[in-house]
Amino acid sequence: MSSSPMLTGAETAQPKLDLLSEVGLTPFEGARVRELMGREPSALEWAMFGAMWSEHCAYKHSKKLLRTLPTKGARVALGPGENAGAVDLGDGLLCAFKVESHNHPSAVEPYQGAATGVGGILRDVFAMGARPVAVLNALFFGPPSAPRARRLLSGVVGGISYYGNCVGIPDVGGHVSFEPCYLENPLVNAMCVGLVRRDRLSRANTARPGSAVYLVGSDTGRDGIAGASLLASFELGAQDDAKRPSVQVGNPFLEKLLMEATLELVELDAVEAVQDLGAAGLTCATSEVAARSRVGMRIDVDKVPRRAKGMSPYEVMLSESQERMLVVARPGRESDVERVFRQWELHGVRIGEVTEEQVLEIRSEGMAVATLAPALLADEAPEYDVTQWARAPRSGGELEGRAPRGAAEVEGGAKSPDERVAPRAYIEGQDDKEGGTARRETGSDRGNVGGAASAGHVVADSRADQPLHKIGLELLDLLASPAVASRSVIYRTYDQMVGTDTVLGPGADAALLRIKGRKDGIAIAIDAQPRVAALDPFVGAASAVAEALRNLVCVGATPLAITDCLNLGNPERPEGAWQLERTIAGISAACDALGVPVVSGNVSLYNATRGADIWPTAVIGAVGHIEDVTRYIPVTSGRPGDVVMLAGSASVGLGASAYGASIGVHDVAPSIDLALEARLQRFMLAAHQAGTVRAAHDRAEGGLAVALAELALRDRIGMKVTLPAVRGIDKRVALFGEGPSGVVLVLGPSLESQVRALAAQYDVPVWTLGTIGGDLLEIAPVLGLPIAALVDAHSYGLARALGREV
Amino acid sequence: MTRVAILRYPGTWSERDFQHALSLVPGVESDILWHEDADLAGYDAAIVPGGFTYGDYVRAGAIAKISPATRALRRFADAGKLVLGSCNGFQILCEAGLLPGALVRNRGLEFRCDWVHMRVESDTTPWTAGLRGAILRMPIAHGEGCWVADDQTLSDVESRGQVMFRYTDERGAATPEANPNGSLANIAGVCNEGRNVVGLMPHPERCSEALLGGTDGYRVLANLAPALAGAAAGIYR
Repeated sequence: MSSSPMLTGAETAQPKLDLLSEVGLTPFEGARVRELMGREPSALEWAMFGAMWSEHCAYKHSKKLLRTLPTKGARVALGPGENAGAVDLGDGLLCAFKVESHNHPSAVEPYQGAATGVGGILRDVFAMGARPVAVLNALFFGPPSAPRARRLLSGVVGGISYYGNCVGIPDVGGHVSFEPCYLENPLVNAMCVGLVRRDRLSRANTARPGSAVYLVGSDTGRDGIAGASLLASFELGAQDDAKRPSVQVGNPFLEKLLMEATLELVELDAVEAVQDLGAAGLTCATSEVAARSRVGMRIDVDKVPRRAKGMSPYEVMLSESQERMLVVARPGRESDVERVFRQWELHGVRIGEVTEEQVLEIRSEGMAVATLAPALLADEAPEYDVTQWARAPRSGGELEGRAPRGAAEVEGGAKSPDERVAPRAYIEGQDDKEGGTARRETGSDRGNVGGAASAGHVVADSRADQPLHKIGLELLDLLASPAVASRSVIYRTYDQMVGTDTVLGPGADAALLRIKGRKDGIAIAIDAQPRVAALDPFVGAASAVAEALRNLVCVGATPLAITDCLNLGNPERPEGAWQLERTIAGISAACDALGVPVVSGNVSLYNATRGADIWPTAVIGAVGHIEDVTRYIPVTSGRPGDVVMLAGSASVGLGASAYGASIGVHDVAPSIDLALEARLQRFMLAAHQAGTVRAAHDRAEGGLAVALAELALRDRIGMKVTLPAVRGIDKRVALFGEGPSGVVLVLGPSLESQVRALAAQYDVPVWTLGTIGGDLLEIAPVLGLPIAALVDAHSYGLARALGREV
Repeated sequence: MTRVAILRYPGTWSERDFQHALSLVPGVESDILWHEDADLAGYDAAIVPGGFTYGDYVRAGAIAKISPATRALRRFADAGKLVLGSCNGFQILCEAGLLPGALVRNRGLEFRCDWVHMRVESDTTPWTAGLRGAILRMPIAHGEGCWVADDQTLSDVESRGQVMFRYTDERGAATPEANPNGSLANIAGVCNEGRNVVGLMPHPERCSEALLGGTDGYRVLANLAPALAGAAAGIYR
């Protein structure tokens, strides 16, 4: 298997005006198509190859690496490769889930781009016969002060709200980042979780010869033609407005009818296979069902209901019109299938049949306009080994993925140039790409990346020279900052409770859902660590996995599995290839250490604008299980007199922190001790099992001080604590420093010794910080703030940053 | 046994939520009826649940009001049977002329999902029996929940005691801050002149279990329990 030519940013692959690149194929891939076909393909066949062999559909640059991810486990019911993965909840119930990106459509047309992103992930889940019970989102924008970021955020959030609320699936949580690298190329990832009885799980690999093939849902229009191959698989550039026709338009009401009809058909056992039409439309659905079922299919495009007159077979086969499903009826059940379509007022048409011979035949006006083996489209796309040209930015030796010792500041250790050169060079590169405006937009005129980095110590900035009595104000600023402030201004526009299963919704460490008629429940979290990944993709990806699972544990749930959405830049450039390799290696390492498999996922490459890649961004969606849904760890401040403890790691730094961002510091990634993370999570679950945990909260953006403030904000009860004594630690680093594997625990007064014993048993360090009580957040010896001040900063910070009235 | 019909239109999404909440009320059994062939004979009460019927593409409830189910519902209501509309169901009942006023885009033009407080203004309907003055905490989830009416209608509704629920703060004060959508006079729910048809924007079915964060919805739905239903009916007959 050969590799694609190495390209520099300037000459990156873009569609040109000859047939091959019009369909998005390289000359190498064109030659492979001719070889496999044994003849010159027709124009339609070329287009079908172009779509199915696109990065978006074929994972050309990631497949080889994705195979290295751990996907096996006792609870895994269905691994990667299906519409969604699934875990076994016991007693015959499966939980299906997947996260997917809709980045480029959202960059071009934010409202419809985000809306159809939700629609697509919902169809992936109900195509399996699973009823969607929750959606989550991970969103990444430029700085909230930038007009483009505000416009994109309003559009994206509006689209998600419009679509999800109308279909009636609760939005139970999410992640939002604001960083300059996402200004041009925002990231919009949507996750859906559904439930299905094991005996009703519907697959796309069970179509049998002679069965009727139906296309149901929306009529086929000219919207989104070749969106996957042309829009999602290349960099954004100057002519993106011209690509707006490649963005689809969503109809959530039709989606709701399609969902109910599909679930009813599966319940009636009237279908052999169901496949949603997403990227590459009818081409993808027909070839994938046929290839997976090892059969052929004869499709008459003239029978496909059109929204527009005079559509060519090419347009029909490549259209990405939304809200359509391909349904293969069981022989003899055609009338049931048509009756269900009618009842739900859906337009369902028989467009062909399954055939014995493994040939996909597309017919129009009585003639075959495309005749090819479905497997060629679905399985034979080339795979590129990006490690062949992967190179760490401005240094060759980073491929073994050793994490820079980020905790060094805390321990006062010196860093050798070698350890720092890769991340530093990378960040300077980013800044060049983003231009001078980037730093102005973060509002950090007090320091700059290069300067802080060469100074070596994060506290070497003007702000740190301010007397400590001002540090309370710094905490308020941080609580109100876009990285930390409450996201309620966003999630209050999402229906979080429809379905009446939401026990914990947005704002908790993880969402928690009950399952009607059962004792157990599921917890869901979605997280990302782009600021860390920018410095070290390996640590960033591993930290994202660790954080997502830690958040499950913080509500008392046992992690089962994850789904991942890898949003990266151009894999054809050495840096992009290196980031892809490091990101997957980081997820793999964390999954192995924490004993959790990957059951589904999605890769979005070419997130770059005019040669500037985004930061490598691994979005991790995690699902956990709780035996008794009434016994979760509640979102509370605890009661007066309760003991406050820090468990896990106290080694933190400002190098990739929100506080660092506020002073223009972004220089050293923290390190992650995956063994400690695993012990911490086991200890947390054991402590909860023993009934000793009153409340728990992950130490995340903003560090320990923000974690304590957020605890106090839950019931507006104060606390009096002292910073953990760590040798040589700077007060600001102790307060605002960030690092993985830290959880704040609240315990009943009498339980401290019992929990300490348990921690010792699991070899997890713990520090007693103080006690709950009063109406002040007192962190001795540095600050004391009234809860009311914290509430105002945290509640309205994001709205203010977005220039909205509060 | 009180028999409750839950109407299901294309785009309805609260019907299963209501059925589950009603399953918690002793002596109540409910069926979900498809709008095209909804036969309400033999039912004591009907519920029009929330959702986005027909996508609300024309106007919330505008298409649903011409559905066969809505015609059946009008006869059912005229016969003095109990009808409750929540969220989109409230919109449909107003569109159908079964309840006074209309519901328009929220002030602020934004969909809002949140917990609100409301005061029960009248207990002389079967749905609010025994709840007079109670401050209920319930979720809302709507983009078009701003209740409006012309001056005459508003004064009639007020003077006839047809205001059932008013948005307030947790202490029961009907302040502008406590009004989540700009509704006239903080009105969250109204009833018809016959007092057997009640509509409200909040979602009682979402707060009928402590596990979900509140049980005030149960206090309303529990009025359907046979023991109470009879007594309640007596109040307005």
